[in-house]
Amino acid sequence: MLIGNFKERYEADEAIFRTTRSRVWLGIAVALIVAFPFVGNSYHLYMAGLIGINIIAATGINILTGYTGLISLGHAAFMGVGAYTVAWLSNNVGLPFYICLPLGGLVAAAVGVVVGIPSLRIKGLYLAIATLAAQFILGFVFNEWEPVTGGGRGTSLAAAEIGGIVLDTEFELYWLIVVVMVLALLFARNLFRTRVGRAFIAVRDRDISAEVMGINLLRTKLTAFALSSFYAGLAGGLMAYFFKVVSPEQYTFSVSIFMLAAVVVGGMGTILGGILGAIFMTLIPEILGEITQIFGAGAVAMLSSAREVVFGLLIVGFLVFEPRGLAQIWKRIKRVYEIWPFRT
Amino acid sequence: MAPLLEVQGLSLAFGGVQALDNVSLDVEEGSITAVIGPNGAGKTSLFNTISGFYRPQTGRILLEGTDITHRPPPKRAALGLARTFQNIALFRGMTVLDNIKLGQHVHMKTGLLAAGLYLGWAQREEIALREEIEHDVIDFLEIDHIRNAPVAALPYGLQKRVELARALAMKPRLLLLDEPVAGMNREETEDMARFILDVREERGITVLLVEHDMDVVMDISDHVAVLNFGREIGAGSPAAVRDMPAVIEAYLGHADAEADMPGASGAS
Amino acid sequence: MDFFLEVSLVGLAIGGVYALVAVGYVLVYRTTHVINFAHGNMMMFGAYFYFTFAELLGLHWTISIVLTVIAAAGLGAGIERVALRPLLGRPAISIVMVTVGIASILHGAAQLIWTAGDFFLPPIFPDLPIVIDEMYIPANTGYGFLVALGAIGGFLLLFRFTRSGVAMRATASDQIAATTMGINVPAMFSLTWVYASITAALAGVVVGSITTLNPSMGLIGLSVLAVVILGGMDSVIGAVAAGLIVGWIEALTGFYIGGAFKDVVPFVVLLAILIVRPHGLFGTPEIERL
Repeated sequence: MLIGNFKERYEADEAIFRTTRSRVWLGIAVALIVAFPFVGNSYHLYMAGLIGINIIAATGINILTGYTGLISLGHAAFMGVGAYTVAWLSNNVGLPFYICLPLGGLVAAAVGVVVGIPSLRIKGLYLAIATLAAQFILGFVFNEWEPVTGGGRGTSLAAAEIGGIVLDTEFELYWLIVVVMVLALLFARNLFRTRVGRAFIAVRDRDISAEVMGINLLRTKLTAFALSSFYAGLAGGLMAYFFKVVSPEQYTFSVSIFMLAAVVVGGMGTILGGILGAIFMTLIPEILGEITQIFGAGAVAMLSSAREVVFGLLIVGFLVFEPRGLAQIWKRIKRVYEIWPFRT
Repeated sequence: MAPLLEVQGLSLAFGGVQALDNVSLDVEEGSITAVIGPNGAGKTSLFNTISGFYRPQTGRILLEGTDITHRPPPKRAALGLARTFQNIALFRGMTVLDNIKLGQHVHMKTGLLAAGLYLGWAQREEIALREEIEHDVIDFLEIDHIRNAPVAALPYGLQKRVELARALAMKPRLLLLDEPVAGMNREETEDMARFILDVREERGITVLLVEHDMDVVMDISDHVAVLNFGREIGAGSPAAVRDMPAVIEAYLGHADAEADMPGASGAS
Repeated sequence: MDFFLEVSLVGLAIGGVYALVAVGYVLVYRTTHVINFAHGNMMMFGAYFYFTFAELLGLHWTISIVLTVIAAAGLGAGIERVALRPLLGRPAISIVMVTVGIASILHGAAQLIWTAGDFFLPPIFPDLPIVIDEMYIPANTGYGFLVALGAIGGFLLLFRFTRSGVAMRATASDQIAATTMGINVPAMFSLTWVYASITAALAGVVVGSITTLNPSMGLIGLSVLAVVILGGMDSVIGAVAAGLIVGWIEALTGFYIGGAFKDVVPFVVLLAILIVRPHGLFGTPEIERL
């Protein structure tokens, strides 16, 4: 049972991991992440890499949709912008990955700002349509702008390389992804305990009060758009190095829905929500795959359809029954544990 | 010395409805000024025009001599204008502490990059902010016991107090309070009245308020302006306004009625 | 120049069908303030209902249409009851995301039930092209246009003159006042979804007759959503006008620039319009109360 959490200094009270227990949890998580690649096989590492990338992307859409209250139906398109930028820079300019990746994020952010500009005039739901339009327009560009994107077949790129080490196995890519993911998560977590992040939430909760507090709505929304797209671009860039190929069907509307589902399921407006949602949603298709294999080859062909149904059911189910997602369920479990042996 | 806030000949119409008709009002520095009037008199329209949500068709608004008529609301916040809302407009997804911290938004400088990295300068600014609001706002308004509570879970009276806290954190020159004691019980009303007086005494913040509770208005204000149908029908000290025939008529319907208006607390 | 007129005419005819889809969006938005992202897939389901009755079960087309309408009504009512009713009073963002989830379910379910292959709907319309002044309009497109127009007209009359139509309009303009007048608001929401689902199904049958039937047909719904935004979410006239405009623009781009551009044009137009006229061409800007 947790009795109290007393602090003598405001610094301590403003820290991210405030209790000894949460610091212990953090330690365990770090240990697991570091130990994992030495015990897992290449399939496990492949899945871990995918999860890591999806965590970054989901955190990005969470910043826009969960924290700022602007629905994005075009997140995958921004991931695509990052991926194609990285591929093009790597192939045509020959830049190393540690320059390509941030540039991919920046280009995606710039495109995101353009799409976000209508937010000057339109509110909430209409903006969702603007992101939908962006999804289809960018998808069209990926397919048709052949000299740059390679058209429908896509484009391939060389493995990332640093100091003579080529990152071309799951083991090496795992570390790259983990480092980027941890930085991205820390950045987001810090953001939401400071002025800039609070302004995002203020715009979501009560835009009128936010204006009275001196928050410039347009600038805040555009910043959220830019940051969210930057995360998407970063995730897309990592995907490019992960698969070593970039093609239009990796960044379709249904991937945008996947990302939206991840934050809904995980819990909108919490960092933990993005993490849990991304893990859960990445594993679901695998579990579905295992199940369909029991029913034989015919069932396997239906996998992608079944996946869509399950994603949809998860979105609807969580919104109806647990709108604050897995993060809230986790919180509830934690609470039971903290006040044990008493009950609420 | 010029008044802190000067409203000059403000007119505002929505379609055919004349919400404000050539309204002028001066708010002296360091005063508590009240705007009263029956429902639909234009009080909230006046507030919304002063804080920048409505564009008046004619007239000017000056804050410390600066013409703010055409500035958007965020710019007015930076010039020292703060307000609360009739129907509480807190950020419901945040704790009390975060709501109050938002009050200082305009006075802080941390940008996106510094915020995300939480390095040196950004961290110092956040800690300084915390110390300042703990002392100046949370202790002052006696809400230290609820600082980590989510605002949505608080009772009505406390939510009103948190909204005042958030406005105070803005370190305003002029504080607009839209019905600060509406819907409160007697004890909460007395607390709030005391806080409003303290805000003026200890902070030197000028207060402009809209209120229906005549006991509170008569007790705490230095100057009262009365609106009816968008027009100003009287202004002066509480005692003077109380006896004006036009004011009594506006409230009671005809001039020869018993002038017991100040007793009609919570008139609406 | 002759081509221009002929292409325009065909485009406008298809635009009429888009207008029918668009009216479904407006119905739902006006009464419940929900942008229904599942509308396109409800349309696709309607087409598959007809396909099941007319082709798989071999029923006469009139009976099939009646059964399709009934099935679509059931689908609309079911969606409202199961997924939307529990969310009454929740933020708009949650409700919109629920419709996105439903869209995903319907799309996947259609593939599971009817496979991802292409099918042709059994013909309803006479196989004679309509000739106006030496310009040919393909039969399905021409008759489809007439059906769409008839359906839109029917629903407008229903909206204007029937008891439930008036109640729906009352609900649209003020839910609380409607409740106090004894209108069963949840029932109106349900009815709205039923009507919207029926318009979607009829449009689905027409679109399926003009082109082929496959689970991706619902995507048309998204470009029509662009149309609806153009018209203003709450304006039936706007939806009809915008439907015609987009059909026309699509046909012209398809003919003069190339088929691939056809699908993306509505979205480009949309993004441009949103920047210039955020409430659409005919919509009413909301006045905000503080």
